[in-house]
Amino acid sequence: MFRELYQSFLEFLRTFGAFQLFFLRLLANSPTILLRRFDLVVQQVYNTGALSLVIIMICGFFVGGVLGLQGYANLSKFNAEDSTGTFAAFSLLKELGPVITALLFAGRAGTALASEIGLMKATEQLSAMEMMAVNPLQRILVPRFLGGVISMPMLAAVFSAIGLFGAHLVAVDLLGVDAGAFWQQMRSTLEPGDVWEGIIKSFVFGIVASLLAVWEGYNALPTAEGVGRATTRTVVITAIAILILDFMITAVSI
Amino acid sequence: MNDAVDYLIEIHDLHYSRGSMQIFTGLNLRIQRCQITAIMGPSGTGKTTLLRLITRQLVPDRGTILIDGIDIATLNQKELYRLRRRFGMLFQNGALLTDLSVFENVAFPLREHSNLANRLIRHVVLTKLHAVGLRGAADMMPAQLSGGMARRVALARAMVMDPDILIYDEPFVGLDPISLGVIVRLVRKMNDALGVSSILVSHDVQEIAAVADCSYLLSGGKVAASGSPDELSHASSELVRQFMHGMADGPVAFHFDAPDYAEQLLGRDAE
Repeated sequence: MFRELYQSFLEFLRTFGAFQLFFLRLLANSPTILLRRFDLVVQQVYNTGALSLVIIMICGFFVGGVLGLQGYANLSKFNAEDSTGTFAAFSLLKELGPVITALLFAGRAGTALASEIGLMKATEQLSAMEMMAVNPLQRILVPRFLGGVISMPMLAAVFSAIGLFGAHLVAVDLLGVDAGAFWQQMRSTLEPGDVWEGIIKSFVFGIVASLLAVWEGYNALPTAEGVGRATTRTVVITAIAILILDFMITAVSI
Repeated sequence: MNDAVDYLIEIHDLHYSRGSMQIFTGLNLRIQRCQITAIMGPSGTGKTTLLRLITRQLVPDRGTILIDGIDIATLNQKELYRLRRRFGMLFQNGALLTDLSVFENVAFPLREHSNLANRLIRHVVLTKLHAVGLRGAADMMPAQLSGGMARRVALARAMVMDPDILIYDEPFVGLDPISLGVIVRLVRKMNDALGVSSILVSHDVQEIAAVADCSYLLSGGKVAASGSPDELSHASSELVRQFMHGMADGPVAFHFDAPDYAEQLLGRDAE
């Protein structure tokens, strides 16, 4: 049994080392692609970012609405319903915006990336590129990675903005919280550091979610089962990684 | 063999294994310039693996592969990519990029490797598509093509950079007789018209006899026989005769290694 444990540990170290090298290779090739093939990155920002907008906006609106309801219901017990805006803003900008956006990104864009790359591998498109002297890492992987990294903070910002709109609609328009108090309390308590925390989180989550999706797709077994498994692993591992990282960044910033 | 013959690719003492399975155990093979060389063998003998070793998509355990006298194991990535620009490869299923149209698939290597004006690219691509008879399909997507059409588009793409070496991986598999005839004629025409050297991996004996100048038959990790298709079909070796005449049993056994049939049916093999 110890032998098996030792072998699994060695295998884990090997995979982890390969993962780090893969990340470094993506980073090393990123400046070249940003400078020379920005058109490929823009295409991927559209694929991962713009095409995820609808799901992000719908979810953002309803999460904001729930924050409005919960905030009002609980804060009114202490006669503090005017703080509903502050409550919603803190929750959205610091936590829910980046985290839920990243989870939705993993489900919508991460799976699309992993399965697309896995299928390209299974149908020998990546080998064909290699044979045409085109490096798949530069042509396929780096633009997709960068597209995700650029999209995520923007999606998180849209999520938070729509969420605040939803919270405002529920708290002010439906439940009668004073609009002036809703915004004024928010402005006086929120600090730039709170917004920055959200931005840094969404940027880190963008790197992690895109990296994991691209890695899983690129290392998928070139079979139908292999691509399916890579897609599932992308969602599961990204969700776990994001929640752990969220805890770590929050712990550091408090 | 005559050493005055001009060899483009020379493989010496090639060893390659995948896991515990030995695929090549001291393979020696030479490919002449400007000829169509066929590599044949039963399924699982490593024909496609050999192509991947020649193009250094895989690295051998031992042995050397020389292309134009250059040992490809010594090349760095930049030099390897420069060498690969001299290759055109037709994959088994075409391997067309599914998010690009037929036109853009053929234009892909030109756009990646040259700064040609769009008009010139259009001219070159249409010429190549015309050569394979698919100029009219330029705007179609790969998913709309039949298997034979996809392979012809892949052939147009493989030759768009005017390569020195064209590699065909099982080009005749799964084609209807008309598409098959078209591909056989195209392979011969491309070789003669463009003066390229072609390597053709296949186990379709009839088609190979129609196009190949020289054939190698692989078995057991080595070259079992070589010569023109005509010479091979009259060879005395039992293995060659079994393969060339499609006999079910012979040196290549019909049955995969298995325990005794009666013992297994009686359930004694597990004891």
